[in-house]
Amino acid sequence: MRTAAVAGIGQTRFAKNMGRTELDLAVEAIGAACSDAGVEPRTVDGFVSFHVEQVSEVDLVTTLGIDELRYMARTPSGGGGAASILGLAAMAVEHGTAEQVIVFRARNRSKAASYGSDPNQGGRPWAKSGSRLRDFRQWHHPFGVAAPAHEMALIGRRHMGVYGTRAEHFGMQAVAQRFHASRNPDAIMRDPITLDDWYAARPIAEPIRLVDCSLENDGAVALLVTTVERARDLQAGAIPVLGHVQLGAPIHTELSDFFATTAAYGEHDSGAVVAGRRLFGRAGITPADVDVAMVVEPFSLTVPLALEQYGFCGMGEGGPFIESGATRWPDGGLPVNTHGGSNGEAFVHGVNHLPEAVRQLRGTAVNQVEGAEVAFACGAITDPSGAVLLGVDR
Amino acid sequence: MTFSVPSPDAIPRPDPSGADAEFWSALRDGELRFERCAACGTLRHPPRPVCAHCGSRATEWVTSAGSGEVWSFTVIHAPTLPAFIDQVPYGAVVVRLDEGVFVVSNLLDCPVDELTVGDRVELVPTRVDDELTLPLFRRA
Repeated sequence: MRTAAVAGIGQTRFAKNMGRTELDLAVEAIGAACSDAGVEPRTVDGFVSFHVEQVSEVDLVTTLGIDELRYMARTPSGGGGAASILGLAAMAVEHGTAEQVIVFRARNRSKAASYGSDPNQGGRPWAKSGSRLRDFRQWHHPFGVAAPAHEMALIGRRHMGVYGTRAEHFGMQAVAQRFHASRNPDAIMRDPITLDDWYAARPIAEPIRLVDCSLENDGAVALLVTTVERARDLQAGAIPVLGHVQLGAPIHTELSDFFATTAAYGEHDSGAVVAGRRLFGRAGITPADVDVAMVVEPFSLTVPLALEQYGFCGMGEGGPFIESGATRWPDGGLPVNTHGGSNGEAFVHGVNHLPEAVRQLRGTAVNQVEGAEVAFACGAITDPSGAVLLGVDR
Repeated sequence: MTFSVPSPDAIPRPDPSGADAEFWSALRDGELRFERCAACGTLRHPPRPVCAHCGSRATEWVTSAGSGEVWSFTVIHAPTLPAFIDQVPYGAVVVRLDEGVFVVSNLLDCPVDELTVGDRVELVPTRVDDELTLPLFRRA
């Protein structure tokens, strides 16, 4: 089987209410990824994104003048799929289904960015549910639980109750990421914050405070995936995909299921525990071999949950792990979200975390982890998700 | 501040069909009912067409004793749905019924600063109007 590699990365500017269509944003990001690699966009032969993505493959074929599209795939969920989409692209390349696959996500966000009645057409999906509930919302909305923040807060508070995790632990991760963002020219939030600022931030849904939340902004991100051999011949070189897994776990919008599975803390191997073993087993490495991690976090509290489940620390130890400074660049042993993450750089459903993993392995990150050779990235642990391992080319 | 049920004209309202409708219908009669596999006895919620444990499609409904535990909680400040805006901050809970099923709900007569993981709670079927009764809880 062939080995896949990231050959190009691209992204738009990230900002609120940019006033551009998602197709326009996607085309810019895809063009940037192709330029980075030095290939013509019309030679792309595959597209992978989320099922909620509103930019269709057909639109991209016609807009970009694609010669021959051979592969189209989408992954369930939003931020959960951020790493899975790279895995799906790698799989197509590994099996020879396609040669140059674009992984992308383009989105408008914030109330003002809404451009249609579909929950996925910009704005806040949960606020478009209407007053008659025929789907999963009937189990949450009548009780005033509607926004992802509400659901994540319930997930995080249980972790606190079982393990003694403190709300400040989530805040410490938010503070670390805002420090990372303060050094990143592409980040929306350039002012660092302290833990005192976290205490002073207004509560959203306790234990979540405003600065724990992902930003609401517009933007797009794309990556070009090809074979490691072809990537070596392109101008940016190869960042090989060492492994990828998907994880079909329940989602935070269906808490009755979520608490029986992913959030059954301490009761059985739940969430990503088994998927993590599969990921590292296939790649032939362990979590201790990872130099830098990108953990997609709709809210900062999902970072410790993911780190525990993927085996970077023991179950229940995510809070103290963050408190030890392990996730903070430059001194931490496992810097997490070195670009500033979803509360610092931007929220592009976590796909902006993938170029940062590539930059770290190219040695071009603003907050460069010295000598980084292996990067881990995972989707939001509160969704059906997945993870990838990337390495330097040897 | 304690939780109060939104007005009938504001509350987001289930408009269910099939097995979901049976769940809400039972509440109108004051009962919290869950699907139970008629073959192996495993409870499930929300309703589903097959038992995830044994694969049987034979289903019966069982009435919960209504006793459980606060498994988790949050105090919601913002943003929220229009129906709840005038009572922020308000509490929301996940209750684990003693039968092993989880539900999202609210606690009556419990100030938000008294919400506690592990508190014992009892069902209070709370009528909104002729169409809708909510499965809310009160500390035991």
